[in-house]
Formats: sequence, C-alpha cells, structure tokens
Amino acid sequence: MDTIFALATAPGKAGVAIVRLSGPSAWTAIEDLCGSVPPLRVASLRQVRGSGGVLDEALVLVFDAGASFTGEQVAELQLHGSTAVVAAVLTELSGLAGLRQAEAGEFTRRALENGRLDLAQVEGLADLIDAETEAQRRQAQRVLAGELGAKAAGWRKDLIRAAALLEATIDFADEDVPVDVTPEVRDLLSGVSASLAAEVAGVGIAERVRTGFEVAIVGAPNVGKSTLLNALAGREAAITSDIAGTTRDVIEVRMDLGGLPVTVLDTAGVRDTLDPVEAIGVQRAKDRALSADLRIFLVEEGDAPPFDWLEGDLVVVSKSDVVGSGDGRISSRTGEGLDWLVGSVRTRLEGLAAGSGVATRHRHRLAMERSLERLAVAVDLVERGSDGVELAAEEIRSAVRALESLIGLVDVESLLDDIFSSFCIGK
Amino acid sequence: MKHSDVDVVVIGGGHAGCEAAAASARLGARTILVTLKRDGIGVMSCNPAIGGLGKGHLVREIDALDGVMGRIADLAGIQFRLLNRRKGPAVQGPRAQADRKIYRTEMLAELEATPNLQIVEGEVVDFRMDGVRVSGVVLADGAAIDAGSVVLTTGTFLRGVIHIGDQTKPGGRMGDKPSVRLAERMDSFGLRMGRLKTGTPPRLDGRTIDWSVLEQQPGDAEPVLFSFLSKTVSAKQIACGITYTNERTHEIIRENLGRSAMYSGNIEGVGPRYCPSIEDKVVRFAEKTSHQIFLEPEGVDDHTVYPNGISTSLPVDVQEDYVHSVRGLENSVILQPGYAIEYDYVDPRSLNLQLGVKSVPGLFLAGQINGTTGYEEAAAQGMVAGLNAAKSAMDQDPVEFGRTDSYIGVMVDDLTSRGVTEPYRMFTSRAEFRLSLRADNADQRLTPLGMEIGCIRPARQAEFQAKMEQLGFGKDVLTAKAYTPQELSVAGIKASNDGSKRTLFDVLSFPDVTMAEVQALEPEVSALAPEIRQQLATDALYAKYIERQLRDVDALKKDEHEAIPDDFDFNALVGLSNELKAKLVQFRPTNLAQAGRVEGMTPAALTLILARIRKAKTDARRLQA
Ligand SMILES: Cc1cc2nc3c(=O)[nH]c(=O)nc-3n(C[C@H](O)[C@H](O)[C@H](O)COP(=O)(O)OP(=O)(O)OC[C@H]3O[C@@H](n4cnc5c(N)ncnc54)[C@H](O)[C@@H]3O)c2cc1C
Repeated sequence: MDTIFALATAPGKAGVAIVRLSGPSAWTAIEDLCGSVPPLRVASLRQVRGSGGVLDEALVLVFDAGASFTGEQVAELQLHGSTAVVAAVLTELSGLAGLRQAEAGEFTRRALENGRLDLAQVEGLADLIDAETEAQRRQAQRVLAGELGAKAAGWRKDLIRAAALLEATIDFADEDVPVDVTPEVRDLLSGVSASLAAEVAGVGIAERVRTGFEVAIVGAPNVGKSTLLNALAGREAAITSDIAGTTRDVIEVRMDLGGLPVTVLDTAGVRDTLDPVEAIGVQRAKDRALSADLRIFLVEEGDAPPFDWLEGDLVVVSKSDVVGSGDGRISSRTGEGLDWLVGSVRTRLEGLAAGSGVATRHRHRLAMERSLERLAVAVDLVERGSDGVELAAEEIRSAVRALESLIGLVDVESLLDDIFSSFCIGK
Repeated sequence: MKHSDVDVVVIGGGHAGCEAAAASARLGARTILVTLKRDGIGVMSCNPAIGGLGKGHLVREIDALDGVMGRIADLAGIQFRLLNRRKGPAVQGPRAQADRKIYRTEMLAELEATPNLQIVEGEVVDFRMDGVRVSGVVLADGAAIDAGSVVLTTGTFLRGVIHIGDQTKPGGRMGDKPSVRLAERMDSFGLRMGRLKTGTPPRLDGRTIDWSVLEQQPGDAEPVLFSFLSKTVSAKQIACGITYTNERTHEIIRENLGRSAMYSGNIEGVGPRYCPSIEDKVVRFAEKTSHQIFLEPEGVDDHTVYPNGISTSLPVDVQEDYVHSVRGLENSVILQPGYAIEYDYVDPRSLNLQLGVKSVPGLFLAGQINGTTGYEEAAAQGMVAGLNAAKSAMDQDPVEFGRTDSYIGVMVDDLTSRGVTEPYRMFTSRAEFRLSLRADNADQRLTPLGMEIGCIRPARQAEFQAKMEQLGFGKDVLTAKAYTPQELSVAGIKASNDGSKRTLFDVLSFPDVTMAEVQALEPEVSALAPEIRQQLATDALYAKYIERQLRDVDALKKDEHEAIPDDFDFNALVGLSNELKAKLVQFRPTNLAQAGRVEGMTPAALTLILARIRKAKTDARRLQA
C-alpha cells in the first residue's frame, strides 16, 4: 500500500499550509525529513530538512493507525504558507520510497475503506467532486491551450507509434509486419526523452509554479475592464482608451490579490463583430477566459454577461459611481465595491480543489521525470533486440501511464488503430 | 423449489457450447447439450487451426481449468508451432494446425464419455419462461426441457445471412440453416443487438495444387502442446505450403470490386480489421503488390486445403479467376467458394462477469453471439458461462475471473465493460499484466481456483500438486544461498560490485545468465527436471517486473471485488455531472474497476460510488436484522 500525501489547505500565500501524509510509511517519512517522530498527538516543533538543507520550521503532528482520520498512520506538517516552501516539501516527499501524491478524494476513500467515515460525511464528497472536475477541466484546457499542450500532443503521437511498432512485432508475429523495428522505435523514444528532459530542466515549469491562479475579466468593449484591472493592480497596466476594441490581445498582470498569487487576464472586449480580425481576438479572449480559474463578468447595468458563465463565476455591474451603488456593483474610478470584489475572488479561489495550482504542476514535473526513467530503460531494451521486446513494451507502457495526466489515456485501442492503419494484418 | 428436468441446458455444440457443457458437467450439474446435428459438434467453421498469440494463452487457461479444447487440439494437431519463439516467454503462443475430422470426432467422443452430460439433437426454437426468468427450452418438435439455467451459444446462427457476390441466402454457416425463431424470441428480451460480419476463403482440392513449385513451412522440431497433461503429439505431422498473390491477382480483384458483396453495399455488419478480405487488402494497401497465402491442409486424409489469407465475398467466377492467377494454384479446383456471413450479436454490455444476461435471470450467453470471433475466445467464454450456469442452478457462489488473474478475465471484462465495435479477438497487448499472465504458468494461476470451485478431476489435481512440489523444491534450491559478486564471477557471472549478495534466482533474471552457469555454482540444480528448470528461469526473468506491478495488481483486484449491484441507481448520486451519470447508466459497470474506466471518471467520483455501495450494504444488513 502506498503512503499518500497532499497539501490539505488551499494553495496560495496563506498563513499556514498543512501537508498531510497517510499510510504505512507516514512516520518514517517524518523521521527522514524531521530527524525524529514526535510523541503521538502532541504538536511539536521540528526543522524540516531536504537534500538542499533546511526547508522550514514546522509543527508536526502524528496519529497512530486506528486512531486517525484515515485509519492509517497519519502525519501532518504545518508549514509556513509560502508557495515555494510547500513546493519544496512536496518535492522532497515524492522522492521518498513508497510515497506518492494523493489523488483528489483519496484520503476520504481510505477513511471510507477503513470504516472510519460516518456515511453522512461522505455527502461532503459531492462538493469535492464538483471542484475537482472543474479544476481538472480547467487544468486540461490550460495544458492543451498552452505551449505544453503542443508538446504533449507530440509525445503522445510518438509514444503510441513506438508502442504500436513493438506490439505489432509481438501480436502479429506471423503476419506481414516488419521484423526489425529497432531503428524507428529508438529514434521515437530518444526524441521524446530529449524533449521531456528539456521540459523538466527548463525554466518553464519553475515559472508556472510561481504563477498561481488565473482570473479573467470578461465584458463588452468599453465596459471598463482595463480600468478595473488597473484599479486592482494599482498601476497603469493595460492601455485604457475610449475606442471600442482597443484591448485586442489578452493582457496578463500578476498581482497579489488578498494574499494569493493571481494572474489577472484582461481579455479583448467580447461582442458580436463583423471585423474578421476582431472576431479572432474575441474568440481567443473567450477561450482564454474559459481556461482561467475564475471569471469576473463586468456588465453595464441591465445587461447580461456576453456568454454563459460557469458555476462560481462573478457577475459584477460596473460604474456604480454613475448608475448608483448596490450589491454586486463596483466603481473602478472611486474604488467602491473593490474590497468586496477582492474578498469574493479570494474566497472562491481558496475553495478550489488543491488539484490546481502548485500541486498539479508539481505532479506534472514528477510525471515527466518518472516517464523519463522508464524510457531510458526502454531504449536499452530495444537495443538489445527482440528477446527483450516484451520488456521494452512494458517500460513504454509505464512511461505512457506516468504521463497520462499530460497526454491523456492511451489504451490498447489507440495502439491497435495505429497498427491496423499502417500494416496489412490478416491472413 | 420448482422441479427441473436438469440443472443446465446448453444450446449449440460449437466451441463455446462444448466447453460450457463439459464445464457444467464437471461441476456435477446434470447437463444437456442441445445442438442441430450430433456430428456438427466441434466443427471448425473456418480456419482449421487452434491457438496463436493471445489465443494460445486462452487455450492453456481453459486446460488449466480441466477444459476440453487443449487436449482435443493436441490429439488433432498435425502441425505445431510456438509463435514468437525467439521473443520472451510471456509473449510466446502455442498454435497448431488441426485435422478437422479428428477434432470433431474426438470432441464428440469426449463429450459422450463425460458423466452428467447428455447430448440431444434438435433445434431450440424458444425458451420456457418463469416470469422474467428463463427456465428451460422448447425444441422444434415441441419437446420441452426444464432447467435451472440455460447457456446460449449459437455462434453466427442468429439471423445469419451468407453472401457470395451478389447472391445472398439465409444460413448459419455454409450448409446450415440459420436460427430465426430463436432470434425472434431474443428480440422480446429488448437487449441491445447489432450486426457483425466475417468471411472465409474458398477451399481448394489439394490434389490439384502444384506443391512442387511452392515453399514449405514445416512445424517445430520440438512441438509445444496445449494441454499440461499431454506428453506427445498423436496425429501424423504435415507441412504447410506458402504462396503469394501477384499484380495480376490484384488486377482481377480490382476490376470486380463492384461485384463483391462487401463493396457493393450489401453488407451492413462490421467486419474485423485484423481479418480483412482480400478485397480489403487490395484496396486499403494498394501499394503492396503481393500478399502471402498459407496453404493449410485440413486433415491428414482430407484433400481439402484452406488458403489462409484470401477470404472473400466475390462471386464464384471471380474467385476462380483470382485463385488461378496465383503461383501453384493455376489448375486448382475450388471445392467450396469463399463467402461472407452477417449475423446478429448481443451487446455484451448486457452481461455480467458471469456472462449471465443482467435483465434475464437464468440465461447465459457465450461465444460469437457476444460479438467475439475465434474458437478459443468462444471456448473460453463457454468455460465461464458453463461454470456459472451450473453454479447458479445448484445455488452455489458464482465464479468470476479478473484482469489480474487471466486472459479469460481480461476478455470478459473488456466485453462487458466496453462492448465491441468489431468482432473481438484476443491479443496479448490487451492484457496489461501479460508478463505474469503467461501460457507457461496458466496452471499455476488457475488450477488452484479450479480445485476450489470443483472443476478439476483427480488425475489433473495429482499431476498439478506433484509439479508444484517440484517447483517449490527448485525455488528453495535457487534461493537457499546468497552469493557475493566475487563468488559469482568464479562461475563467469558478472554482477555489479555493490556489496549486495544475490541468490541464484536473482542472478537468473540477468539478461545473459543461463541455467548452465547457475548449475555450475549449485550442482543440485541439475537434479531438477528440465521443465521445472525452464519454469524457474522464466519466473526469475520476470520477477522484478511482476513485483513492480504488484501494487497496481492489488489496487485493481480491490476495485474488481467491489461489486456494483445490478439495481444500483447512478442517477441518485448527488454531485456527479449529468454527463458522467448518463455514461454510467448506459454502461452499467459491474464493479468499481469497470466504473473507473468510464470516460470522465475521477477518483473522487469513484469514492462517492464506493460510499454508496457501502451504504446500500449496511442498509440491507440493517433491514435483515
Ligand atoms: C464463415 C465464417 C468465417 C469465420 N472466420 C473466422 C476467422 O477468420 N478467424 C476466426 O478467429 N474466427 C472465424 N470465425 C469464427 C469462429 O468460427 C467462431 O468464432 C467460433 O466457431 C464461434 O464459436 P461458437 O461456439 O460461438 O459458435 P459456433 O461454432 O458457430 O457454434 C454454434 C453451434 O450452435 C448450434 N446451433 C445454432 N442454432 C441452434 C439452435 N437453434 N438450436 C440448437 N443448436 C443450434 C450449431 O449447430 C452450432 O453447433 C468464422 C466463422 C464463420 C462462420
């Protein structure tokens, strides 16, 4: 049984961040990181050390199997709530044998399996699922829309091809398939490995770890999106003008919003347009806005948002200094309602599953590293020739599974499709 | 308790039916096999060969459960080849050309000699019903048989239609009538049904083939048999011929494509991509100027030859033309034209893991009727359905197979959770744990299960236990002592000098270490029987990988054991998106592992389902108390 761990508090720059561990190696992990295991159920101060030295001072709490939330050995690290500290501790934990990051809901599932959960508590899962599915959808969309998306699609294609070639020589040995697929498989695997290695080593990931949440401001042209952005950022970030359609491309401004690292996106004005150039901008704005963690729809009094909002999104009436103040109304010029807006954004972001943000990116990097390890072995085996082909195939399978969160599910049908479209199988 | 004439009635004497009837009878259930013609029992409708990649695995698993297919194939085998001999043992598959007549007669003899089993000739035209429950069958002559459960294995016979060029006629296979009345009865159950198609090549008269100009493919010098009980081959061994289509052949086919049943739009059923007709090959791989044809004799004293690779639904005159354009076949005579057949199948997602129809208690389905193709796939399902029909009739616990224990489990799980889009055939790549699900260890995986459920007869039990003792002893010998790298190097074995000691079993997992080198270190190894040594070497080769997969295996097993009741209300799950709910309602996963594979499923959603199952169980218990 694996020992699982996860950030149990909302990600972001909070006062305290709690990392929870559950499973047979929970205590030994604490011993590895903190030198010793504190007495049961007594919060104790410990230095958390990683391979690079002291990471943080933390309050550590341990619970015995049978007397914990999950019914297993459990430990909690109460860290200082900085994104960097949390990321470093998570990385350290995932390097320990038998430990892995928990899936959403996995703690609850273990509690359930060990009979530690009041079934009424399970009702709470429904909310978790909502948040999780949303977070996953958004995450997937962001990966796909971004630069990583194009790369991931390439990895997928090449890995499927490599696996299909090997499987063809295995499952269709007595058919009309090439006998030696080594050169092509080797090239495909080395190519993917190199690209993965570059991604792992690159600054791209580190950059993204720091990015935090995305909040998009959406609205018709001239409703005051850029002014709101400027008001939030406290500086002249976007060009504001009175000519409709000025903000064509998406403008991103990183800021600290009520203690959370947030990138606010100012999108092109969304309206029906005949100008093809503007239409592209509008579509792009919509796509980009939908991949953000949260949308603020800014509307004139009496108007509806320009497209359907998702659950949790905020709809805000602008220019309360002109149209009169009230609930859900703000004025970027006078600052009226801005505190309320920032507070609402914060509450919503905190409510999002731990699945997005730091944890997800961290997961991606680990996935790529694990995949790389397997691919290296696979290349060796492929070089060795046909007597290790089933082992090479197994390694590729592991590599593909490790990357699943990035490249999507690759099941046997994907391989068979490739095989049947490239070789004339069938006697 | 109602009175039944017998415990189990099996309809159909094909590969699924034979295995189902034999399995049911082995469990001690009073069993009747009803089939159209007694001498149609064990008939191979198509290719006279058993086994192959993935399929050979299935035959071994059937044998491990004391089934009939492996032993009969060994008796009928006229050419044995172990496929992938030069690759790792996990992906090696035994295959044999079978003498059609020997197979048929030996199968009939086997079933006739099986205690608790009676064979009845006749056409089943209807079921007897007890409410929604199937409680027996009605034959065409009006006779009725009451039974605790019924296994339906009618292959391609449900509304079968045969196509040769532009001619179509109803038929279950060449020379047999289709089962129409039974198909109508099946309609009344409201199951989701579909159409599939498959084809077969023309049969040639071997005496009119010019063998002298053709390549020969002999069998293996050391034949590898199917059954763990068989010791030697029994029939005379033969070689197959090899020839090729050429550009002229392709030209003839291309010119006549419009006359092919498949290309003229007469056929709506979907055919298998891995078993294309020659028309398909010529069209889809237009750049290839030649395709291989294996000329497989159908028996030792039978002149019929099966030209493997040119199945077709072209009109007879075109078949003549293209066959004659092939080297060695210039003057060959076609004994029976090739044809395509379309037939009804039942969406296997209507079935549970016991191959019982979820909505019709008492009725089990096995074989091609479930959307599969191939004798081995059919027989393996027959095993599952036969065992469970008997268990159910005798009020005993059901028998289920999982993805982690067998290819049988992989197939049943694939069928019942994903359904089929083309005739389903087994491949080794379908088994994610194929390094542990090997043909060589099928007995170790399944015979103990078989003993537990009571389908293994004493002779096999004794033989199996003796083998296990030898294996245990051999493993002890190989793990008794750990050697330092220096000690190993004396025997010429290179191990990294990391200070760790290794047992001989560890050492055997190194890619280039042989048993001979190991023997030099521990003379006791040479006292082990050769097949025991071979088995231990294979176990050692994969030990590390299997250990690595263990956690996945355990997780999957746990989920497979978490059954979702048939009446589970997915719509009542608060928190799931409507889309996901709709998918769950449509696919009705039978356990948590299947639910996990539904598209869009998330870990948290699975937890929610699990919570509901638990709650339902507690509620039920409380209600009972
Ligand atoms: C033309 C053709 C081509 C094929 N090509 C291939 C191929 O290339 N590769 C491959 O792997 N597989 C092929 N197959 C499939 C393979 O033959 C079958 O998958 C396998 O035989 C199915 O076994 P079964 O037991 O389900 O059915 P079958 O072997 O078809 O047995 C059905 C049995 O049911 C009996 N029966 C039917 N109706 C009734 C009734 N109402 N009452 C009583 N008995 C009844 C019949 O007499 C028969 O004995 C082909 C089949 C056909 C017909």
